[in-house]
Amino acid sequence: MPRERILLLGVNHKTTPVEVREKIALSGGYKEPLAALKNIDGLREYYLLSTCNRVELLLVTEAESNVEEDIIEFLFGGRVSGEDCQQYLYLLYDKEAVRHLFMVAASLDSMVVGEAQILGQLKEAYRHAAHFGCTGPLLNKLIHRSFSVAKRVRTETAIGSSAVSVSYAAVQLAKKIFGNLGDKSVLLVGAGEMAELAAEHLVGQGIGSVIVANRTLDRAVDLAKRFNGKAVSMKELVAQLEHVDIIISSTGATEIILQKDEVKSVMRARMNRPLFFIDIAVPRDLDPRLNELENVYLYDIDDLSNVVEINKSERDKEAVKATRIVDEETLKFERWFVGLAVTPTIQALKEKMDGIGQLELNRTLARMPDMTDSDRENLGRMVTAITSKIMHDPLMYLKSESCAGRDNNDLKVTTIRELFGLTKGNDEQ
Amino acid sequence: MVEINYLLFRSVLGITFLAAAAYLVFFVSQNNKIRKMARVILLISGVLQTLHIVSRYILAGHTPITSQHEAVVFFAWATTWAYLSFRWRYTVKNFGTFVSILIFCLLLISSFSSRDFTPLLPALQSIWLPIHAGVSIIAYGFLSLAFCGGLMYLLQERELKSKKFGYFFSRFPSLDALDQLNNHCLTAGFVFLTLGIVTGSIWARQAWGTYWQWDPKETWSLITWFLYLVQLHQRYTVGWRGKRAAVMAIVGFAAVVFTLWGVTYLLGGIHSYAA
Repeated sequence: MPRERILLLGVNHKTTPVEVREKIALSGGYKEPLAALKNIDGLREYYLLSTCNRVELLLVTEAESNVEEDIIEFLFGGRVSGEDCQQYLYLLYDKEAVRHLFMVAASLDSMVVGEAQILGQLKEAYRHAAHFGCTGPLLNKLIHRSFSVAKRVRTETAIGSSAVSVSYAAVQLAKKIFGNLGDKSVLLVGAGEMAELAAEHLVGQGIGSVIVANRTLDRAVDLAKRFNGKAVSMKELVAQLEHVDIIISSTGATEIILQKDEVKSVMRARMNRPLFFIDIAVPRDLDPRLNELENVYLYDIDDLSNVVEINKSERDKEAVKATRIVDEETLKFERWFVGLAVTPTIQALKEKMDGIGQLELNRTLARMPDMTDSDRENLGRMVTAITSKIMHDPLMYLKSESCAGRDNNDLKVTTIRELFGLTKGNDEQ
Repeated sequence: MVEINYLLFRSVLGITFLAAAAYLVFFVSQNNKIRKMARVILLISGVLQTLHIVSRYILAGHTPITSQHEAVVFFAWATTWAYLSFRWRYTVKNFGTFVSILIFCLLLISSFSSRDFTPLLPALQSIWLPIHAGVSIIAYGFLSLAFCGGLMYLLQERELKSKKFGYFFSRFPSLDALDQLNNHCLTAGFVFLTLGIVTGSIWARQAWGTYWQWDPKETWSLITWFLYLVQLHQRYTVGWRGKRAAVMAIVGFAAVVFTLWGVTYLLGGIHSYAA
């Protein structure tokens, strides 16, 4: 067996409600958490992915190490009770971990299956990890492989063609509430990437006008310019509610920025014209009780997944195909990974040598029917002796500890495998 | 002629059943070819209903709206043509399914009551009979459309609020479309209802010498009228729309149905048919 273990653990939108996710979302960027991980013993390579739907760690550890508890402590801090951690967290090893990574990269584990955002987020996360020197040869190979799996899934299945992102789901809902979007306007609260994407989508669907509210007005002005809209300051938020119809909130605020009572008073001024709130921020920006108000519809990021379910069946077929590709690729990677280890290489080398010896022996014996049993035995012994003597030096080379370190092991294994033609049928097929 | 009339009624019933069935199939399959078919069948039903009423007019010698059977047949006819005229201007997704089922139910109910002709009291033989009854029944037609719209609104709103998207979600139109529909149907219905009450009052003056005599039907018509008045007033002043408007449309329709049937059976009075 390999001397190291691949370990993946995390939470996502399927296992964990947004109430818990918002407690562990790493809003401060990748730098700090990656630095914190450096202090945990037993980690050889690691990388961290944090999006609004998932927080995942992919680790390469020594085979005997027990880093799970440290990692859980790192992830949840003291903010979630131990029992809850067990309930929400998934812990995957080796093959399962690889498969999960591929599923995520191929956007099969996304809330909106087939959406393309996740691959970008993954690349971003990898870039950070690589930049801080957290990844090594194994993770580099694994993550790059996950990119190519994603590409394969995208080109070989139609999963991306009906790709619907969260913003698409939001547009669909807006149409169910307002019908025609032409005379409606949208207010973006927070000028993040998600908001931009959603606005793009709404503009594409012919929304009347765009208003951007942001903490820093500069950014709001920039974004507003792109959509021929206008920018307002965050203080005008409640006043703006009187005029807009759709609100997409995605600020990095840790507190609720809009309370139920504030909206309630606005509804009177609006003559009860419907308001549609979309809260794509984690932690959430909007009071969950807004939904209790008449003619007010509030969807947070989890709710949007329900909308997406509607067009699910079309994509399900493609998802089956895509899952098969992922399984295939997982198997390939596993073979490569197992092949990395010394022991199986020794095994393979022995098998190959013994096979050749036995084959030639049988051929020779078939041509010499007059031999006595003791002659046959002697001949057999000779063949075995020759093969094991040939194997002696390569085996010593493989087992030697002269240059310790995993990388050299890799190199040695690869050399032997290539020299003796052991790669075929074991790796790329 | 009686046979022709009966035959027409039977075929109206059959064709309307087909229309409702076709609309249901469309509702399930969302196949546009079937929708086209259903529309044509409903149009045929509308034409046949008109012919049926005309044949009955010829047989009775006056506007056939004096028995329970005739009133409900007229109600179905008004709903059908209100819908068809409406359809001509707007498309509201899958609205036809609900309306065609309602029309079929009305016709079915009418088939259970006596198809005998009621001789008209001399006092009632007036040009005001077709005007008053016709206008009132057309009002009912539009109000029943508002009822269907309100029902659909409530179903759709519930799915949007609870965020559980079931069978109806993708099949129903937007909330805005349903609310608009409610508004239009209620406004049209209210105008006709007002006209119905005014013409009735004028006719009463001619027939009985008094504009208003607090007969149960009159009282209930007035209650219904007030219900719709409050609703329209609230919509334009404080913005009663959406769910509240939908509930009111349903409550209003319940009052309409009670005025049409409940009063006759429970309270009696000069408007009772088959007097």
